Amino acid sequence: MNTWLPLAVLLSSLLPGLVIFLLAEEQRVLRTTLNLTAAGTKLLFTAAMAWGVFRGRHYETRLPFLPKADLVLRADTFSLLFIILSAVLWFVTTIYAVGYLEGTPHRSRFFGFFSLCVASTMGIAMAGNLVTFFLFYEMLTLSTYPLVIHRGTPEALRAGNVYLRYTLSGATLLLAGVALLYTLAGSVEFTEGGALDGVVGHSVELTVAFALLIGGLAVKAALVPLHGWLPVAMVAPAPVSALLHAVAVVKAGAFGITRVIYDVFGVYRVHDLGVLHPLAVVAAVTILYGSLRALQQGDLKRRLAYSTVSQVAYIVVGVSIFGTVSTIGGLVHLVHQGLMKITLFFCAGNLAEELHVHRVAELRGVGRRMPLTMAAFTIGALGMIGIPPVAGFITKWYLGIGALEAREPWLVGVLLLSTLLNAGYFLPILYTAWFQAPVEPWAPRRSRRWEVGPALLLPTVATAVLSLAAGVFAGADLSPLGWTKLITEREFRP
Amino acid sequence: MSPTAWMAWPVILPLLGAVLALLVGRKGVRVVAGVASVATFTASAVLTWEVATRGVLRQAIGGWGPPLGIEWRADGLAVLMLLTIGVVGPLISVHALDHLGDREDREFLPLWLFVWCALNALVLSADAFNLYVTLELVTLASVALIAVRRDRPGLDAGLRYLLFALPGSLLYLLGVALLYGLYSALDLGLLGQRITPGPVAWVAAGVMTLGLCLKTPLFPLHVWLPPTYTGAPTPVTALLSALISKGSYYVLLRLWLEVFTPILDWQVGQFLGVLGAAAVLWGSLLALSQSQLKRVVAYSSVAQIGYMFLLFPMATLGARTGAVYLVVSHAAAKASMFVAVGNIHQAVGITELGGVQGLAYRMPFTFLAMALGGISLIGMPPSGGFIAKWILLEESIWTGQWWWGLVLLLGGLLASAYVFRILRGSFLPLPPGVTVRSIPLGNELAPLALALIALVLGLVPWFPLELLAVGTAR
Repeated sequence: MNTWLPLAVLLSSLLPGLVIFLLAEEQRVLRTTLNLTAAGTKLLFTAAMAWGVFRGRHYETRLPFLPKADLVLRADTFSLLFIILSAVLWFVTTIYAVGYLEGTPHRSRFFGFFSLCVASTMGIAMAGNLVTFFLFYEMLTLSTYPLVIHRGTPEALRAGNVYLRYTLSGATLLLAGVALLYTLAGSVEFTEGGALDGVVGHSVELTVAFALLIGGLAVKAALVPLHGWLPVAMVAPAPVSALLHAVAVVKAGAFGITRVIYDVFGVYRVHDLGVLHPLAVVAAVTILYGSLRALQQGDLKRRLAYSTVSQVAYIVVGVSIFGTVSTIGGLVHLVHQGLMKITLFFCAGNLAEELHVHRVAELRGVGRRMPLTMAAFTIGALGMIGIPPVAGFITKWYLGIGALEAREPWLVGVLLLSTLLNAGYFLPILYTAWFQAPVEPWAPRRSRRWEVGPALLLPTVATAVLSLAAGVFAGADLSPLGWTKLITEREFRP
Repeated sequence: MSPTAWMAWPVILPLLGAVLALLVGRKGVRVVAGVASVATFTASAVLTWEVATRGVLRQAIGGWGPPLGIEWRADGLAVLMLLTIGVVGPLISVHALDHLGDREDREFLPLWLFVWCALNALVLSADAFNLYVTLELVTLASVALIAVRRDRPGLDAGLRYLLFALPGSLLYLLGVALLYGLYSALDLGLLGQRITPGPVAWVAAGVMTLGLCLKTPLFPLHVWLPPTYTGAPTPVTALLSALISKGSYYVLLRLWLEVFTPILDWQVGQFLGVLGAAAVLWGSLLALSQSQLKRVVAYSSVAQIGYMFLLFPMATLGARTGAVYLVVSHAAAKASMFVAVGNIHQAVGITELGGVQGLAYRMPFTFLAMALGGISLIGMPPSGGFIAKWILLEESIWTGQWWWGLVLLLGGLLASAYVFRILRGSFLPLPPGVTVRSIPLGNELAPLALALIALVLGLVPWFPLELLAVGTAR
C-alpha cells in the first residue's frame, strides 16, 4: 500500500496556491510557471495513481483527527474518475484563465483561490470518510466564494450573497446528516457496497439521515428547487463558470450523492429503504425544468447555466435507478458532461472576450468570424443533445437501456422529451451562428493567424476533441466508459 | 525539581514580572514584560508536559492538605486553559504595544501580567474560597485595564463592568459561605462527596450560578457586555472576551461537573440550556443588526458564550469536551477578530461597518485573520470552532436532545451572515477620500498568528482532545 501519493496529489495544488497568494501582481511569469508546473505535476501524480489502481494497488493517506474519524485520503476507482477529470480540466482551464485574465487586477488572489478550489475538489474526490468529505466540501465553498465575487461589482457581491445563502444552508443540512449517521454507526468509512453493515433496524433514522445528506448535497448539484444559485453565479469570470460551475462545484454535489448512495448506505440498502425512487423523480423533474428554463434564456451564459442544471440531473437519475446499466450511464456522464460543458463555456468566454457578444441573438454569422470556436461549440452542443458519435450519446444510450432494464419506462419518455428540449435550445444557436448573415461586419481579427488568442483557443479545441474522443473510443478499456464499468462492477458485487 | 513544584511557577512568574515592570522605567517595561511572558509560557508548557505524561498533579499549598489547607490541582482541563492563556494573552499584548500610547504601555503591561497571574491561579485552584479570591483579583485588575486610557468611554466602561462583576462575585461568595456552613469544607473534591440535596444546597448552587452567569455573562444578564466591550481599548476588549470572561465560566464548569452533579434535577440543566440557546439566537441577531464593526464582534461574544451553556443540559463528558474546545478556539478566534478590528480602526479611523471597504488589498494579513477567525466563529471546517460544534452536535444526538443540535446549526448560519457581512465589504474598491495609514508589521501579524491557532486547532484536534481526557477517568 502506498501512503504518500494521495497526499501528494492534494498538496500539488494546495501548496502552489498558498505561494501564489504571496506573489506580487507583476510577477506574471513566475505565477504562470508555478501554475502550470503545479497542474502538470498533478497530472503526473494522477496518472501514476490511476495506473496503480487499475492494476489493483491501494493508495491511502491516514492522519489522526477526531476520536471516531481519521482524516483519510484514499484513491479508489470512483475517486479516480473525478480526480482525472479535475486534473485534466484544471490543466486546460489554467491555460485558459491565464489568457482570459491577462491585464486585469488581482490575479494573484484569483489564481490563489483557484488552486485552493482544485485542492478542495481533490480532497472531495479522495475523502475516505464522511467527515473528511465534509471538510473539503466546506473548503470548496469558502474558496469559490472569492472567485464568484472576483470582479468586486455590486452585482457580483449580490451573486456572492445568493451563492453563500444556498451553499451554507446546504452545508448545514449535510452536517446534520453526517452527525446523525456517525451517532448511529460509530464511524462511516466509504466502503464499496455500503458502510452501515453494523446498523440494524433504525430505518426511520436512516431515512432522515439520507434525506439530510442528499438535501445538503443537492444544493451544489443544483437539483430543483435548490438550483437558484447557479444561474446567478454566472456573473463570475468565464474560467470560473467553466471549471467551477460546470465541473468542480456541481460535480462535487453529484459525486457526493453517488458516494452516499453506493459507498455509505450501499445500493441494496437504499433500495430497501425505498428512497431511490423519490430521488429519481426529483432528478427527472430537474432535467425537464432546467431545459425549459434554458429555452427561455436570451443570455448565452445563462442558457448554458440552466443546461447545466438539467445535465447534472442526468448523473443523479442514473445513479438513483437501481441497476448496473443506468449506473454506468450516470457515472460516465460525470466525465462526459464535464468535457462538453467546459467546451461550451470556453466558447462563450471566447465570444465575450473577442467580440463582446453575450446574447444568443447577437451571434448571427459568427461562425465565419470564429470558425474554430464555433466548431468546438457545435461539437459540445450536439453532444449535449445526444447525437453520436459525441460522448453525450453514450450517456443517453446507457440511461435509456438502464431505465428499461429497471422497468422504469417513464424515464425513457423523460429522456426523449429532454432531448427534444436540448435540441430546441441548442440548434437555434447553431443556426444563427452558421447560417444567418451578420447584421454588420465583425471587428477584424487582431492577429492574422488566430481568431482569438491561442491561450483561449487551444484549450477550447482540446476539450472539444476530448468530448469527441470519449464518444468514439468509448469501447477502450481506459476510456471514461471502460473505467465506469470497472467502478460499477465493484459497487454491485453482492 | 519535583513535578508538582512546577505548578507554582505559572503563578509566581507573571506576578514577579508585574512587580518588576512597575518598578523599572519606561524603556525597561517592555523587556521585563517580554521576559516574564516567555518565562510564564515556558512554565505553563512544562507543567502541561508533566500532566500529559504523569497524569493529574496535586499540591497542598504550605503543606496543609484539605480540609484545612488549600489544594491546587492540575488536570488536563487546567493545563489546557493555562496554555490557552499563555499563548493568546501575549499575542494580544504584542498588539497592544503599538496600539496604545507610551504611558498606557507602562500601565497596561504590569496590569496584564497581574491578570495573567490571577487567571493562572484561578485555573489551578481546587478550592471554592480560593476560586473566589482569584475571581476577585481578576475582576479588579480588569477594571483598571479597561480604564487604562483614562478617557471618558474607558472610565464609563470600567465602572459599568465593576457594577456588574462585583455583585457577581458577592453572590458567589454567599454561596461559598452557605456551603461551608453546611459541609465544613471548601475543597471541591470534598464538597462533591459531602453534598446532599436540600434547600440550602439548592440556594447555594443557585446564587453561585447566578453570580457566575452575571460575570460571564449569560443571556439575559449580558446587558453590560456590548457597551463595556465597545468602550474599552481594543486590546483590552480582546483580553476580556477571549480570556477574562472564560475565568468565571471555568469556575461554573468545575462546580457543575464536580460538585453539584448529585443534587441537581434535569430541569435545571435544561433551563440553563434554554438561556444559552436564547443567547445564541439573540446575540447573533443583534450582531447582524449592528452598524459599528466592534459591536458586531461584541454581540458575537454573547452568542458564542451561549453555545458554551449548551453543555449543562447534556452534562456528559463528551459535551464538556466540546464546550471546553469551544472555549479554547473561541479565545483564539475572537481575540484575532478584535485585534483585527483594532488594526482597522487604527488604519482608517472609521468605526462603522462600511469602514472595511477596500481594505482587503491594503491590509491582507488583517483580513486573512478576520476571515480565518470568522470561519471558526461560524464553525466551518477547518477550524477549532468546527471541532467544538461537531462534538457538541454529536453529543446532542447521542443524548437524545437533538434540539440543542438545531440551535448549534442555526447559530452557525446566523454567524455566517454577520461574518460575511464584514468580509464582503472588504472586497469593494477603496472609497475615494479615505487614506489608509500603515500599520506596524507586528500589529498585522498578531491577529494572523491568533487566527492560525484557531485553524491549527481544527487540523490537529487530537492533541488537545487527548490532553483534555487527562484526569477524567472516574
